[in-house]
Amino acid sequence: MQGDTPFSIAGRTFRSRLMVGTGKYRTNAEMTSAIEASGAEIVTVAVRRVDLDRGNTESVLHHLDPARYFLLANTAGCYTADDAVRYARLAREAGFNAFVKLEVIGDQESLLPDTDGLIRATRTLAAEGFTVLAYTNDDLITALRLEQAGAAAVMPLASPIGSGLGLLNPYSIRTIKRRLAVPVIVDAGVGTASDACLTMEQGVDGILMNTALAEAEDSVGMARAMGLAVEAGRIAFLSGRMPRREVAMPSSPTRGLLS
Amino acid sequence: MSAAALDLVVNGESRRIPGPATLAALLDHLGLDPRTVVVEHNRAIVRRPNLGLTPLASGDTIELVHFVGGG
Repeated sequence: MQGDTPFSIAGRTFRSRLMVGTGKYRTNAEMTSAIEASGAEIVTVAVRRVDLDRGNTESVLHHLDPARYFLLANTAGCYTADDAVRYARLAREAGFNAFVKLEVIGDQESLLPDTDGLIRATRTLAAEGFTVLAYTNDDLITALRLEQAGAAAVMPLASPIGSGLGLLNPYSIRTIKRRLAVPVIVDAGVGTASDACLTMEQGVDGILMNTALAEAEDSVGMARAMGLAVEAGRIAFLSGRMPRREVAMPSSPTRGLLS
Repeated sequence: MSAAALDLVVNGESRRIPGPATLAALLDHLGLDPRTVVVEHNRAIVRRPNLGLTPLASGDTIELVHFVGGG
């Protein structure tokens, strides 16, 4: 295997190729333990109104040490470029970094991206100095346009958000990875460890996942499995798999058999 | 009702607070630590050092946001 290159986005290097979300966990304690078990450094968070009536205005940051994790704010829930830009600006104002996981959703049922709005928001935010990681579909042309618009990383889906259907189109993901200069991080759709491993074997730079951990029966166990799978898939990719053959080839010598 | 009371829309809900008041006074009124929220006043972000310098007027719209769990 050839030595691996560090995983970096916009000149900043991260220790893990696995990035995880913080949504939908049954308890905050389970979330914290799962994130730790995953080995992830980049952790996504969402921007929402403080709940003024609940008396409890606790932010997720009560459970995540911002000194230990790199917080990646998302624009989840935004259906227009303007909304996404607004959320990104609010997130940056929290004062952690200028990275944003940009989502501009086009359809409530599929949560597939509005690619036109996504490209426009990418252009606006990149011009304002944001490091934009753009969540998109597995379409090469959109990925190329996002790179042109200034995205620091492009994040095609494996399958729809929260579906757990795994990598539906390995060919598209490989093609996107081959054609883009910026990092390609698969975001959404991974359901279990084999999905993560297979995704990394396509040669992508990393994976972001949330539901696969939060909805596993044992989130901490699944987080550990995902960490190992991402690493295994990466090493397998770098090591170069054997060719596929339509016929069998014996593994033991065909000479020296008894007569 | 005080003549100086301010009618605001905070996080989408109508709120009446004693006036005159700044954004910092509003956060104090709501029991929020300014270090834990980001403030948008009539669609413009107001940085922390300016919260005490920004007066409120009736009809103002304020959004108070923070980070929650998400993917």
